[in-house]
Amino acid sequence: MISTDLAILLPEIFLSLFAMVALIAAVYTEKDGMAGTLTWAASAVMIAVAVWVLMSGGNDRTAFGGLFIDDGFARYAKVVILISAACVLMMSQEFMARRGLLKFEYPVLVVLAVVGMMLMVSAGDLMALYMGLELQSLALYVVAAIRRDGVKSTEAGLKYFVLGALSSGLLLYGASLTYGYAGTTQFAGIIGAAGEGEMPLGLLIGLVFIISGLAFKISAVPFHMWTPDVYEGAPTPITAFFATAPKIAAMGLFARVLHDAFGNATGDWGQILALLAVLSMFLGGIAAIGQRDIKRLMAYSSIAHMGYALVGLASGTEQGVTAMLIYMAIYVTMNIGTFAFILSMERDGRHITTIDSMRQLGSREPVKALALLVLMFSLAGVPPLLGFFGKFAVLMAAVDAGMTWLAVLGAIASVIGAFYYLRIVYYMYFGDESLEPVEGHMSPLTFGFLVASAAIMILGIVNLFGVDGYAAAAAATLVN
Amino acid sequence: MTVADFAFYVAAFIVVVAGFFVVVSRNPVHSVLWLILSFLSAAGLFVLLGAEFVAMLLVIVYVGAVAVLFLFVVMMLDVDFAELRGEMARYVPLAALIGVVLLMELGMIYGAWASADGVAVAGSLGEITPVNSPNTGLLGMVIYDQYFLLFQVAGLILLVAMIGAIVLTLRHRTDIKRQDVLAQMYRDPAKAMEVVDVKPGQGL
Repeated sequence: MISTDLAILLPEIFLSLFAMVALIAAVYTEKDGMAGTLTWAASAVMIAVAVWVLMSGGNDRTAFGGLFIDDGFARYAKVVILISAACVLMMSQEFMARRGLLKFEYPVLVVLAVVGMMLMVSAGDLMALYMGLELQSLALYVVAAIRRDGVKSTEAGLKYFVLGALSSGLLLYGASLTYGYAGTTQFAGIIGAAGEGEMPLGLLIGLVFIISGLAFKISAVPFHMWTPDVYEGAPTPITAFFATAPKIAAMGLFARVLHDAFGNATGDWGQILALLAVLSMFLGGIAAIGQRDIKRLMAYSSIAHMGYALVGLASGTEQGVTAMLIYMAIYVTMNIGTFAFILSMERDGRHITTIDSMRQLGSREPVKALALLVLMFSLAGVPPLLGFFGKFAVLMAAVDAGMTWLAVLGAIASVIGAFYYLRIVYYMYFGDESLEPVEGHMSPLTFGFLVASAAIMILGIVNLFGVDGYAAAAAATLVN
Repeated sequence: MTVADFAFYVAAFIVVVAGFFVVVSRNPVHSVLWLILSFLSAAGLFVLLGAEFVAMLLVIVYVGAVAVLFLFVVMMLDVDFAELRGEMARYVPLAALIGVVLLMELGMIYGAWASADGVAVAGSLGEITPVNSPNTGLLGMVIYDQYFLLFQVAGLILLVAMIGAIVLTLRHRTDIKRQDVLAQMYRDPAKAMEVVDVKPGQGL
């Protein structure tokens, strides 16, 4: 019955309807004048939907003959996606408005991208996967280029679009090979066709192409080339959005495909993922050392963090998926706080992003500097902050799965990566005084995000706010 | 050889020959025309397969829209194709090498390819294939029923594409005269013309 199917999709339908109503309302009234209101409304609606999804609970359900899966894993990912997207929207409102970038299409596109992400993590079929991915990506290409008169922003949008189209092509090729072997696009059918034991050649080739396409979306090395340019070129709030919600969606989709469709060949894809993880962790750590632009630095930082999340996934166990989910939640929280600070970096009314402009922040703005210090330590994975527990969880999952070498390499890479985070701290507290410092104009809301995320990094070590319990329950519904 | 066989060989031959000329024609407009011929022949092949809906789609969408769009672009953009081709010639050896390697790899995969058991019946559409009903109806039953979700999401994707095109390109200019349809419709013929009595030597 179609009504029962639609009932399962209600949160997605509600968000899509909101986007359409908002679009029409703004077009027929005062257009960009509505942008501020719409941004707040979109944030409120996304938080409301997050609460709704969190509360809905219940059994695992599928809709449309298995195209759409609503289980604990999907709900966990959706809640994190919705909350992070809402936080980024709220933070970006003031920044965009002051620079004349706040168009009413911006919140609408973000909401539509979030709908795409929700479909991604719920996909139960290669076609549903692709449709969700394209809905998300297309909206992201547009928002990357939303400062259409700026050379860098248009370059970012175009680069993202061309490379994204290439990766979609790889993914589709892999999907068609998989379909050619298994005769069905449903994950349940694919895992049935694969059978136990050695993986058939047809599926293996399809799997490799699908992994390549998805690795592009999470910017894992060697599919990362677009990341620094897009992060640097896109307006900063958009960069903050790129670094949070889409990563969770792509990671969730990755876990979904690997476990639901190829779950009985963990050994085969575990090796591929381990390689991607090692390359990402090391390249992210080493290449960031030479960066002087904080947005490029955060791009390499996100590459390295995706490497760690992949370590959890590569172990192929339920524990690994749990660790990955916890890691992503912590990663997103840290990134929201850090970008709340980056958004406020300006001098003479101009947004600046060089890291040496943070000199002497410690003596002029002690609270902000302290919050940023906590976040940097946490990003670097220094105990006893929350970032350390995220890394610890994924590395433990690798050790328990018999991949000790991977955990050792991860630990080494995290030491290398600590260098550039600590350099920012060094600049803040011991930097040269002769240079002109950055002025920190910050709205109370952004300041709240910065302080709150730093506080979470410290307070969370008590019990992780119960997120680990949700993550474990979510992973249990995915891996069985 | 039956009539169907004969038709197949004719259409297949034309597809291959036209495809070849698409690549080797010196004039890009000729290339597009050859492309249209190969599309039309491919549509003939689909008709032979009993897929008349796809055949019509190929004619309407590819020949009617895509190829004509190509033709417009080729004719309107002043691209020096001789120069482009010169650029391309520099990379031909490398491209040929990569092409040969890819071809060999594909050949090796094809040699070892085997589908899962029972793939032919594993298609999830098994239950709705009454042989003699028209394609269009069958496709409709799949798209609006089984794949309803995907159909709707495709609609959302197109909405995003439309919003994106408008956001990135539309510029509202205030210094130009626009057509006001309502004003045109509600204009009063009696007031359209005014007779002014101009006194000599004064002007208006």
